[in-house]
Amino acid sequence: MRSLVFWSVSALIFALGLVATKLLANEFFFFAGYAILQATIMAVAWNILGGFTGYVNFGSAGFFAVGVYTSVALNKAFDPPLIVMLLAAALIGGLIGLATGYLTLRLRGVYFAIATLAMAIVLETVANNWAYVGGATGAYILTPKTVLFFDDYIEFLFALMLLLSLGAVAIARQLQLSRIGQGLSAIRDDEIAAECMGVPTLRLKLVSTTIMGALMALAGVPYPFFVTYVDPLSAFDLTIAVNAIAMPMIGGTALWFGPVVGALLLGSVQQIVTVTVSSAVNVLIVGVLLVIFIVVAPQGIVGLIRDQWRKRRAHG
Amino acid sequence: MDLFLNAIVSGLLLGGFYAAVSLGLSISFGQLDIVNIAHPAFVITGSYVTYMVNRALGLDPVLIGLVFSPLFFVVGAAVYYVYYVSFEKTGQEALSGLVFFFGLMFIIEISLIMVYGVDYRLVAAPYIGVTWRLGAVDLPLRMFVPFVTALIMTLAIHLFLARTFAGRAVLAVAQDRLALRLMGADPVKVKQLAFGLSIATAAVAGSLLIIIGPVEPSVDRLYIGRVFAIVVLGGMGSIGGTLVAALILGVAETFVATFYGPSWAPAVSFGILLVTLAVRPQGIFGRY
Repeated sequence: MRSLVFWSVSALIFALGLVATKLLANEFFFFAGYAILQATIMAVAWNILGGFTGYVNFGSAGFFAVGVYTSVALNKAFDPPLIVMLLAAALIGGLIGLATGYLTLRLRGVYFAIATLAMAIVLETVANNWAYVGGATGAYILTPKTVLFFDDYIEFLFALMLLLSLGAVAIARQLQLSRIGQGLSAIRDDEIAAECMGVPTLRLKLVSTTIMGALMALAGVPYPFFVTYVDPLSAFDLTIAVNAIAMPMIGGTALWFGPVVGALLLGSVQQIVTVTVSSAVNVLIVGVLLVIFIVVAPQGIVGLIRDQWRKRRAHG
Repeated sequence: MDLFLNAIVSGLLLGGFYAAVSLGLSISFGQLDIVNIAHPAFVITGSYVTYMVNRALGLDPVLIGLVFSPLFFVVGAAVYYVYYVSFEKTGQEALSGLVFFFGLMFIIEISLIMVYGVDYRLVAAPYIGVTWRLGAVDLPLRMFVPFVTALIMTLAIHLFLARTFAGRAVLAVAQDRLALRLMGADPVKVKQLAFGLSIATAAVAGSLLIIIGPVEPSVDRLYIGRVFAIVVLGGMGSIGGTLVAALILGVAETFVATFYGPSWAPAVSFGILLVTLAVRPQGIFGRY
């Protein structure tokens, strides 16, 4: 029953998004919407590992850039349809997630965190030295003027991002509600106890790292077409990694919709601040909010509301 | 052959400097189990303090670093207090503590960008630009002065930890917090002292960093990999191990930069880190 509601709401949101591409004339909304949706996918993906199991990934920008550069390289090599690039990026991102996890997830959590940071910098060095995709100077991407029934390419990208983020949310939700999700939260609460109870902790952690890597790479695939010029500095932007952590932390990590709430709120605020004030201030706001939430309300917005609700129900 | 010899010498000089940057993390991460990702950001802050005072008063950079280290000590002690109250007390240091320092690093970096912009800044000192020649080997003083300073600082920290009462208390808190409490000492006070010390080293390391070359706010990201690679390779908290690991990394990076090109150098530390974590997570001097 609840699944039915979820799927209907998702379908409704997608339909509304499609209608919006026909009704709204101002392109700014689609640029802003695209950025918010991209952040949503990254936040939801980060939370699959970070929120569900408690392992921190600092290298989100690295996984994102894997998608970006898969798309740039394939586009340059033989310009395949978008779906091929999406599949390839998900595969490569998933494999890199699996490999990083396999190397370090058997150690303490902090080693995994540092290794993801390391992985991102190694990948950035590779991208800087890989002349085929532009190296340090970057590469230009040509986008078609229109596609399918959309009037403008940005509208198509917006719809694609909407579909991808709804998919990411659905995957995160399925994971949490399934047996895997129970195992993952057992790992977060007490990994040794979980292992003793027969939870296959390493295998579950590897599953979530792989899914996380694949989703983050997916989020990067349309990016070159969105900005039409890609260099390592923008593809590996630290802001991407910080947002991917800050949004779930602010929204609430324990439940699948926490990162969605965080991404929509913080993403909208960022769009407004970037336009009205400056992008440096915007980034500073994220950092300050992140630290404040971590110190004062580590359960996030969703957690705060849930606590309030429970308290009220206990009294009433 | 000359190229080879020069690569080794400049690698060792660079490695000595890396030891200065890593010492603080060796104390905080290695001894206290506090994953201070923001450590390089504190080092960069040290560089900017040095830059400001040097430009205003023309004092020697290393001296500025030393003069400001007490202030950094106080800041470090305060940061540890927030960290303790928010995370250690409630047992949330694993996830939230990590993210806390990540956010802190970000705030420091962006604040520096907003105040100073992304331009490279440098300091003036009589020895910057002077190079001694010993036979075929070049000895640039802007590398040699940081190297010597770093060695002295490493020795001082080592003596402090091994010989003084407070230093031994720090080692004790690393080994067994409960036992320390049974002895009547307050582990929180001891850790506060040690974390303050670790940030104090960042003031000096920052002054060395800006002697070696121009600095801009996002340089700290490159150093995250280096310092963690060094601390892990050095065996988590062993001061001697940190020095040896720093020298190894310095030589390895210089070799890669000399023979493959400098754009590959950042990957060296992370490569070493990944391999160490995969093959020998206890480091070369690890006890367990």
